[in-house]
Amino acid sequence: MAKLEEGKFEAVNGSPPRLRIGLFVTCLVDLMRPSIGFAAVKLLEDAGCMVEAPVQTCCGQPAYNSGDRGTTRDLAQRMIETFQGYDYVVAPSGSCAGMIKKHYPELFEEDPNWRVKADALAAKTYELTSFLVDVLGVTQVDATFDGAVTYHDSCSGLRELGVKTQPRKLLSSVKGLTIVEMNDSDVCCGFGGTFAVKYSDISGAIVDAKAKNIGASQAPTLLAGDLGCLMNMAGKLSRDGKPIEVRHVAEILAGMTDEPGIGLAKEAARAK
Amino acid sequence: MNVHSTSPQFKQNATRALHDPQLQKALNNVKQGFIDKRKSAADKLPEFEALRDAAHDIKNHTLEHLDLYLEAYEEKVKASGGHVHFARNADEAREIILSICRKADAKTVTKGKSMISEEIGINHYLEANGIRPIETDLGEYIIQLRNELPSHIIAPAVHLNATQVEQDFRRVHTHLDAKRDLSEPVQLLTEARAVLRERFLAADVGITGANFLVAETGTSIIVTNEGNGDLTQILPKTHIVLASIEKLVPTLEDASQLLRVLARSATGQEMSVYTTFSTGPRRSADADGPANYHVVLIDNGRSAMLGTSFEEMLRCIRCGACMNHCPVYHAVGGHAYGWVYPGPMGAVLTPSLIGVDKAGHLPNASTFCGRCESVCPVRIPLPKLMRHWREREFERHLTPASVRSGLGLWGFFAKRPALYRFATRAAMATLGFMGRQRGRFRWLPLAKGWTAYRDFPAPQGETFQARWQRERKGRTA
Repeated sequence: MAKLEEGKFEAVNGSPPRLRIGLFVTCLVDLMRPSIGFAAVKLLEDAGCMVEAPVQTCCGQPAYNSGDRGTTRDLAQRMIETFQGYDYVVAPSGSCAGMIKKHYPELFEEDPNWRVKADALAAKTYELTSFLVDVLGVTQVDATFDGAVTYHDSCSGLRELGVKTQPRKLLSSVKGLTIVEMNDSDVCCGFGGTFAVKYSDISGAIVDAKAKNIGASQAPTLLAGDLGCLMNMAGKLSRDGKPIEVRHVAEILAGMTDEPGIGLAKEAARAK
Repeated sequence: MNVHSTSPQFKQNATRALHDPQLQKALNNVKQGFIDKRKSAADKLPEFEALRDAAHDIKNHTLEHLDLYLEAYEEKVKASGGHVHFARNADEAREIILSICRKADAKTVTKGKSMISEEIGINHYLEANGIRPIETDLGEYIIQLRNELPSHIIAPAVHLNATQVEQDFRRVHTHLDAKRDLSEPVQLLTEARAVLRERFLAADVGITGANFLVAETGTSIIVTNEGNGDLTQILPKTHIVLASIEKLVPTLEDASQLLRVLARSATGQEMSVYTTFSTGPRRSADADGPANYHVVLIDNGRSAMLGTSFEEMLRCIRCGACMNHCPVYHAVGGHAYGWVYPGPMGAVLTPSLIGVDKAGHLPNASTFCGRCESVCPVRIPLPKLMRHWREREFERHLTPASVRSGLGLWGFFAKRPALYRFATRAAMATLGFMGRQRGRFRWLPLAKGWTAYRDFPAPQGETFQARWQRERKGRTA
């Protein structure tokens, strides 16, 4: 159970109101790795929040970064309406949270009615670890993980939202876990959404450099806060035959590591 | 006409670059050298972030009143005895430069490093008209010998190694002893200095660029590390300054603020070795200087950017920090971009100058990692501007058909949550089942780009929303 700083949210120990969180699970987590979403739910509930996951699709970032503002606006309006009733909106992704926080307001620059709503959503939307640390004041989690991990700073979380110390702070409270920093942890892994497919040669070269830095850290486990980057790095590491377990940071923080690492089969995980 | 571009072949250029081991080794130096030096220079100056804000404000203010500052600058240059020529495009600029050279009866012209001169292709034009241009910046001199474009805006020959330079020198400097030792870089430097020294003395006209033009005084400022710029502009009888119109700053005070961020962002130096101010031709009491002083102010597409979302790009002071920090530049180098300006600044500027139909790949070939913006001394939102180009392409239906139809299909489902949940539930169940043995795919239909370099992790099978509904039914609205 995560502990709140004493006195910060008295309501947790006493009577409601508890914070009502809308979990923006993100489309990748929804489709590819729901266990990350459930880890996020556990972390938020442990911290005393009430978590709901309204029916949702995608924030629109793929359309936005492909230059399709029309589709992006449609999806953004849907998101704004879906999440308007919550105290906070939390996503286990710096990239998707960044889309809402930094880009939604810009998307409705010339539409004052929607701009107000976009601003309101932006103000209450957070990346998971930053919400736990910066908003709830969580300083430790009740989890155990034996071994060394290395942490990749995904670009949008790092540069759009300032997510850098928060995951490390929480990880350092996990019993048995040590953090080994890789070189260039803040350099892009080469994912970039559709970039990875459109410019696959370049993306392949960038993730190659990243995989070398991960390998050189000697840590048997790689963590990050964005599933897109994780799938890119995990896919590269497994293609290169490097036995490094890849997980979302929330899985470790929630102590939910029963599911095999990204790109590993259930059978293989059991055999370990 | 601007110089020829291979930007439409960006993908092929990039693939070739990725398979060039010599280039890859050279690019490693960019990765290691510039980044640490910039960081340590920035860290040492407590007001560095505030200076970036000031630099941003100075350039924005100037751009808002560019017409006034251009006029003020012109007046001051004239008052100091110089001439100002306005060129709307590359053709006009080349004509003007040629006619000045002809008037000076020029046979050879020395040149300081100038990106705008690359943009207008002045070297080839002068050569075609019987005038010999000689680049005097060491890197520029080397790439001129090789008939290449610069691969970096401040380190034009960064793609080369010493052995390649030695070969070029042996090929061109045939008047020297064929058996001379050129195995050490310093020997290459000494040879270039000796060769260039004669050229400096023989030149009839010197052409330099300008880092800043000061409206208040009619001064042009260049920063160099080799001193070649000074010899280029002081020794010949005629000095021509080439500058694009956004180089203007209002005052000397403004210029010095910008100088404080320029070298730190570029090479990590507090100041470059030489910072040279020139104001008009030699006065009677001056010890040296040119008898004739010309400034060619070149628009070549800039004024069309004013008042558009790309105006912010005109703040650029050409430090190169964006490319020094760019993972794509690190991977493929500058030549892959196919024109004069590489890296993130090139990805925004090039479509403005040669057309997004030709340079469309450039703003797309970015992961939007944002590192460029995080180091830009004038805070240009480079990823945002690249995204603006993607929007223009999408509006003009220049986006590849496969991307458009993929996006369209995805958008169709994403706008219909019930259908989306139904379809994704089925798709993930299938994919999850297919991938259950290995946990990943080495190959997937329609994902060739992905699986060429990495496996595709299999989904867990049940979607989050399906499981949530199953487990928490009744608990949520």
